[in-house]
Amino acid sequence: MFGYEFYIDPERCIGCQACVNACAECDTHRGVPMITVDFLDRRNSIATVPAICMHCDDPTCAEVCPADAIKKGEDGVVQSALKPRCIACNNCVLACPFGIPKMMTKLELMMKCDMCYDRTSVGKRPMCATVCPSQALAYVPPELIARERREKPSNVFQFGNQTVTTKVFMMVPPDVPAVAVDVVDYLWEENP
Amino acid sequence: MAERPLPYAELIARYGPHLNYTPPGGYDEQRENPPDRLVKTHCCFCGQQCGIQLKVRDNQVVGFEPWEEFPFNQGMLCPKGVRRYLQSAHPDRLLQPLMRTPQGFRPAQWDEALDFTVARLREIQERHGKDAVAIYGGASLTTEKSYLLGKFARVALGTRHIDYNGRLCMVSAGTAYKLAFGVDRSPMPWSDIPKAQVAFVIGSNVADCSPITTQYLWRMRDAGGRLIVADPRMTPITRNADLYLPVRPGTDLALLMGMLHVILRDGLEDREFIAAHTVGFDEVAKSVQAYDPLTAARKTGVPPEAIEKAAHWIGEAERAVLLHARGLEHQSKGVENCLAVINLALATGNIGREGAACSMITGQGNGQGGREHGQKCDQLPGQRSITDPAAREHVARVWGIRPEEIPQAGLSAVEILEAIHRGEIKALLSICFNPLVSLPDAGYVREALEKLEFFGVVDFFLSETAQLADVVLAGSLHEEEEGVVCSAEGRVIHIQKAVDPPGSAWQDSRIYIELARRLGKGQYFPYESSREIFEELREASRGGPADYSGITYEKIDSQMGVFWPCPSEDHPGTPRLFEGGRFFHADGKARFLVTEWRESGDPVDGDFPVWLTTGRVVSQYLSGTQTRRIGPLVEQFPHPRVEIHPRLAEQHGIADGDWVTVGTRRDEITLQALVVRTIRPDTVFIAYHWPGGRSANRLTHRTLDPRSKIPEYKVSACNLRKAAGPPDWVRSELTPEYPRPASGLKVVG
Repeated sequence: MFGYEFYIDPERCIGCQACVNACAECDTHRGVPMITVDFLDRRNSIATVPAICMHCDDPTCAEVCPADAIKKGEDGVVQSALKPRCIACNNCVLACPFGIPKMMTKLELMMKCDMCYDRTSVGKRPMCATVCPSQALAYVPPELIARERREKPSNVFQFGNQTVTTKVFMMVPPDVPAVAVDVVDYLWEENP
Repeated sequence: MAERPLPYAELIARYGPHLNYTPPGGYDEQRENPPDRLVKTHCCFCGQQCGIQLKVRDNQVVGFEPWEEFPFNQGMLCPKGVRRYLQSAHPDRLLQPLMRTPQGFRPAQWDEALDFTVARLREIQERHGKDAVAIYGGASLTTEKSYLLGKFARVALGTRHIDYNGRLCMVSAGTAYKLAFGVDRSPMPWSDIPKAQVAFVIGSNVADCSPITTQYLWRMRDAGGRLIVADPRMTPITRNADLYLPVRPGTDLALLMGMLHVILRDGLEDREFIAAHTVGFDEVAKSVQAYDPLTAARKTGVPPEAIEKAAHWIGEAERAVLLHARGLEHQSKGVENCLAVINLALATGNIGREGAACSMITGQGNGQGGREHGQKCDQLPGQRSITDPAAREHVARVWGIRPEEIPQAGLSAVEILEAIHRGEIKALLSICFNPLVSLPDAGYVREALEKLEFFGVVDFFLSETAQLADVVLAGSLHEEEEGVVCSAEGRVIHIQKAVDPPGSAWQDSRIYIELARRLGKGQYFPYESSREIFEELREASRGGPADYSGITYEKIDSQMGVFWPCPSEDHPGTPRLFEGGRFFHADGKARFLVTEWRESGDPVDGDFPVWLTTGRVVSQYLSGTQTRRIGPLVEQFPHPRVEIHPRLAEQHGIADGDWVTVGTRRDEITLQALVVRTIRPDTVFIAYHWPGGRSANRLTHRTLDPRSKIPEYKVSACNLRKAAGPPDWVRSELTPEYPRPASGLKVVG
């Protein structure tokens, strides 16, 4: 859908799994969800986090694929592996910095979120972002996010030396320019 | 008499709960054959009543599609809404009446089942009097069915005993709101929530029980508002609370009185509003004098500074919303708790303005509408009192009978069971109610049902309660009969019929109309359709507080719902009540009412030193009759677990995943532990959706609030001990495909 972007705000997630159930019910998925919701540390917290494909500008999954099975469309959406090409080697599963691709062992095929191509191409929002009752997942125009949210969107992630820019945005506190997740990112070395 | 006709294992092997995972014919079949049509209707699971579209093909519900135009939820759903369609075309569905025999249930023709039911009811009434028969209804029924049931009890059977499972829901709030405001409804549309500067959520697990409300709270915070959450557990919305008050179970009243104490001590009350629009302030002011923050802290376990801060945030805000649900209401002082919230709202002038109100969050599908039109033991249609002579006259005229023919008020849900135990009530006809799972002290419930001379049940699945019936009449699901319901907001909405009942199952209203006809009262039940029942209901409600006389099905469709009262066809409805400080009492003023502290009906002591509180999980609805049959919802949370703080767990040598026996003064059950820091260390929590060995309500007690007659589910005393191993229910109570409890330490909840 033109003019719409995908935003994830894990802080707003209530762990209800409406997204997981709705993803499974999407016409093309036949009961298999392409999204996960997990407790971060249930013993110590109620915090949950949804994980969908971030749709990287330079997708690591595609870069490491020896069979050239993973394609990114002009719309920036990174697709599931192409069935005739995928050799089920698991490279993408291991390499994705966000831990998204799943190997469907029975099908010998990597499958992941394709941002509901079948829905967005006919003017519907992705299933998960439509049903999410807590704004943890949203598919809306950027102006709306700028106007209504207290957090700011970011799509630049630092994994060690790898900078990853994504189509999907993560909502972060207003003063955080990029999300760094590795201690390495905070180290100081005299001669790197 | 009414023991199970077969061993439990045989009953569940035959009638379930089995788990349905896929649409009819499977996903591939659905993909190849697109639906004939999309039906715009609502979810049946909970009082949020989200708009949803059901996919229908060949008279079967085969899937769902979000309905983004419906303003309340704009396409949003929780997992129950997403998977609700899997209850339709379910293998456990009852397709014809069943009659009990010594060898189990046998299928019967409608004539036989209905004649048998009518003969038994007549015989018992002739022998023991009209009031020897009682009717149970439910708050998931449409408003038309609720109305029909009230009329059936009073006109067709002439019994005064009709009550419903809404008695387990929000009756404490309803009672309090009627006392204080003269009407029982949420005073605001939900669109007011984001306009508030402070939202105070007490005794309401919004994320699990009314998930769509979450985004209204988040929007309030986006606009700069602050969220205060009071609960013995950190429920999911607590992750974004600006202030969390970890109140001890059963002590909410002390917290609320302490907050009002601070507001009055520091002069934060709205003197002008109090003087112009209320009575009774001085007495209430006096009653909270003793509740200084330290006193309140000692009772509640909430730090005095936090009580001060919460009071100041509410007192200093121009607009605050105060939201409460079963946590406050399920107490033997449930009415006082709600009155204390109302006192806070009135004292600070937070009512009748945009972004300023107190409100209950009604829980059941038609929790609001189901209590307005006559299946409550003390009410007539239009939310009228059954003791009011003018109300009796009006309703008698609409019904075509004499006012004195309307029986007086009957007993409430739990009291009906007590009357069965005493031998006063001999027969029960129940619909939309699974008391064996949902009423407190399940052992006592079972004994009562077994004493009945006749027990008839109308249901679409053979619930645990229906297993005890003499006759089971196969009724209809939500999507099989047209009608209206009223959502938590007070918005009357239109439930569309998507499919016909399958097999020889009947629409519920047809069953009661046919029973009335066979009882010789057919002339009072001439309805050919839900619409005809609704048209009569409109007249019956005319002039009452819940006035539906100006509501039509067409108006609901064109306006996306109509908020009552709606007294004429050109009236748009009333989204916000009490604007301009005008309340429903004759003098137009709201009542401050004094609240008095009492201990719980089941206090902790040396033998039972830990508080037990119960509640829900997001993937199950009430007693689970429907949702325990939907595979993906069951997998999300297959069994109840005992939530225990590590500090308490360590005292008993309990680790996460261990089997723990929880005992109370009634009974004990054995479940796996969920050891988490998100609950008070003096409290354990168990969700209540399951039967048998997993039933939290075997532990709860029957102490009722003296005015609302709600049971005190939220406060029991218990003890804990580590169990040697898995309990019997793991082997004997689960169908083969039902997920087994995880044996390791995997945390599923």
